[in-house]
Amino acid sequence: MTSIGVITFPGSLDDRDAQRAVRLAGATPVPLWHGSHSLEAVDAIVLPGGFSYGDYLRCGAIASLSPIMAEVIDAAARGMPVLGICNGFQMLTEAHLLEGGLIRNDHGNFICRDQKLRIENTSTAWTNEFLPGSEITIPLKNGEGGFIADAETIARLEGEGRVVFRYLEVNPNGSLNDIAGVSNARGNVVGLMPHPEHATEEGFGPDTALAMRNGTDGLTVFTSAIAALISA
Amino acid sequence: MPVIVVEVMPKPELLDPQGKAVAGALHRLGKSGIAGVRIGKRFEVTVDEITDAVLAEVTKLADDLFSNSVIEDVVSISTLSPSAVS
Repeated sequence: MTSIGVITFPGSLDDRDAQRAVRLAGATPVPLWHGSHSLEAVDAIVLPGGFSYGDYLRCGAIASLSPIMAEVIDAAARGMPVLGICNGFQMLTEAHLLEGGLIRNDHGNFICRDQKLRIENTSTAWTNEFLPGSEITIPLKNGEGGFIADAETIARLEGEGRVVFRYLEVNPNGSLNDIAGVSNARGNVVGLMPHPEHATEEGFGPDTALAMRNGTDGLTVFTSAIAALISA
Repeated sequence: MPVIVVEVMPKPELLDPQGKAVAGALHRLGKSGIAGVRIGKRFEVTVDEITDAVLAEVTKLADDLFSNSVIEDVVSISTLSPSAVS
């Protein structure tokens, strides 16, 4: 069975939610520890959300220097699917696995809402099970989620189809071009600020037209990784 | 012991929401002469001695760790004389 590791850093909060999402998607979740150098032979890796090291220095900066990140960087270079959610996305930019950076929300406030997104690229390791142009709603909760990069980088990300998730209706944090998530050139490393792992089980997700807390749009992110690994 | 001071600022072209919030508070206090505030970071790195090699090492750390060149600039690296440090 496919195994997906979820790394716990000091200050991670959503590591168990991510493990649960992996299980609901049909893979075996494997808890990994930031201070270890072992990936426990997992097939894919999730860097979960939270406030590693209290967001000291810069969000994700100290965690990006963790012992296990050396192995994550090697595995990403070999093509292993790596997903960074929220603080995990910030770590991937600090580790230079993804381009751009995340700065404090333009309005200065922490924001928590059910956020509509469009899947802009359905060929990455984490989005291949979505239909092209899919629109999904998953929770978003961040204080420093403003995606920024220089104009040349933004143009390249857009031109190469590496904007994977885009905010719809509301830009919640001042992200340039409404960018909610991006990938590396190969498409195996993906990061996004919203939280797919919080929308994976009926009764515990965002409200839908059908019922309260019924949204499970995030589950496809995790089934996509399983599909990518099976077809690889 | 000697101290190397590294100062880091958000890139000028980027919005600095912290500075903007402080500037807004100053305006509400009636400080009309203040046009803007930007907030950065100051690192005081205590070293055994200041040599060219140590300065080069701290300069590299300033670029690689103390700042993220995507969002910030290292605006100065200077030294504090021992007499200025308690």
